[in-house]
Amino acid sequence: MSIKTEEFLLNLGPQHPSTHGVFRIVLTLDGETVVKAVPVPGYLHRGIEKLAESRTYTQVIPYTDRLDYLAGMLMNWGYVHAVEKLMEIEVPERAEFIRVIVGELARIASHMMATGAFAADIGGLTGFIYTFRDREDILDLFEELCGARLTPSYMRIGGVAYDLPDGWVEKCRKFIDYLPKAIDEYNGLITGNEIFQARTKNVGVLPPEKAIDMSLSGPTLRGSGVNYDLRKARPYSVYDRFEFEVPLGTKGDCFDRYYVRILEMQQSANIIRQALDMLPEGPIRAKVPKIIKPPAGEAYAEIESSKGIMGTYVVSDGSTKPYRVHFRRPSFVNLSYLDEMLRGWKIADVIAILGSIDIVLGEVDC
Amino acid sequence: MPLPETITELKAKYPDIEVSGEIITVPLNQLTQLMTELKEKHGYNFLTNVTAVDYPPDYFEMVYNLSVVGAPDMIQVKTKVDRNRPEVPSMVPIWGGAIWQEREIYDLLGITFTNHPDLRRILLDDNWEGHPLRKDYQWEGGRE
Repeated sequence: MSIKTEEFLLNLGPQHPSTHGVFRIVLTLDGETVVKAVPVPGYLHRGIEKLAESRTYTQVIPYTDRLDYLAGMLMNWGYVHAVEKLMEIEVPERAEFIRVIVGELARIASHMMATGAFAADIGGLTGFIYTFRDREDILDLFEELCGARLTPSYMRIGGVAYDLPDGWVEKCRKFIDYLPKAIDEYNGLITGNEIFQARTKNVGVLPPEKAIDMSLSGPTLRGSGVNYDLRKARPYSVYDRFEFEVPLGTKGDCFDRYYVRILEMQQSANIIRQALDMLPEGPIRAKVPKIIKPPAGEAYAEIESSKGIMGTYVVSDGSTKPYRVHFRRPSFVNLSYLDEMLRGWKIADVIAILGSIDIVLGEVDC
Repeated sequence: MPLPETITELKAKYPDIEVSGEIITVPLNQLTQLMTELKEKHGYNFLTNVTAVDYPPDYFEMVYNLSVVGAPDMIQVKTKVDRNRPEVPSMVPIWGGAIWQEREIYDLLGITFTNHPDLRRILLDDNWEGHPLRKDYQWEGGRE
């Protein structure tokens, strides 16, 4: 005899801890199985693109901190990179190296948060505490560099705001030397954990062709084995001078997306070590006029952020304020496949799949 | 296929397009055809970015940034849309990645996309009036 079942709606979020911010999913469930999922963003929308139209080019930088607030440095970089392209500014070499160093530090910090939060989603809160402890070291380095921990506003159009303070390079090296030990710890505590593996392996499999079709990027795309990292595919800044690998997953399940991030942290550490060794002397900012007034025109530039491809489209009408700024945020695009990804899985898997995409709502809502 | 060859080929086939560097401007009625060809024939399998810019009082400009997975190639396609009748064919049938990006443009600029499978507001409330990224949108307490 079969049991008659009835579908029902469940609102997951907006304030559920596993939604990593304010985000709601309206789940249509049959028992515990997801039949349909309707993601509802928008609770955080601040109109950053509209605000940018009434600020000067320089005044837009602090807004970019608040997009991906877990990797503000990278968001700064994405924006200034586009304005520099628009104005054809050549950034001094030392500034480019410093950008790579702080950018990769931000990537490690962001991946640490992703790792820890993912472990917490799956039910292992200890992992969260461990990654938070180590992320602290990076934030200390940022604080010493520019006075801010989460919202650095450190990049400037044409370079960076401040040179590295005395002793900073040594502290950074110390952290990089410590990092492998920390990652060993995560591997022992999270990656190797039997429950963690059972909850993530073969769950939420994302086929590579689908990932490309849906424009997914970052570790979410590379977890499916697609080799697309802008630092390699279309090297910007000075990335062509460093040796590093692009870690890829094989199955495209939640575990792969998680583990790609662990491997990426190690690669970022490699890059930072090389950049510290090669760090040239010289100015940290190009000769840029105090009042930035790009010629009328437009530019679109992309960087590889911690969540994927961060693109900035800037249109100038020749005045001191941008005519239009658009941010292509990786988390926003990565989320658009959520409905299909969740169908057929159980509620507990919803948490694992959402966590494995590593979204940040500041970026989704913009 | 390298970008210059792609552009030469496209120019021969679509005489109405304007090319400057890696930016192609195409008339709206040829957009879908050109985009399909860029994907099927020239391998632009990744729609990175879709956005639009408001140029009152005449037109909106749609901007598409395409790239090739794992390769350095990038191309930008633009098209002008009548501001009084803002309707653009949806790119979702060609690249699924357009689905939320087009919803965002619909929400903030009020451009409708024909054949879009799920065209609803995405960032603003369903009852919101107007489209804030339009240049003539006046918000309470706003500057200018």
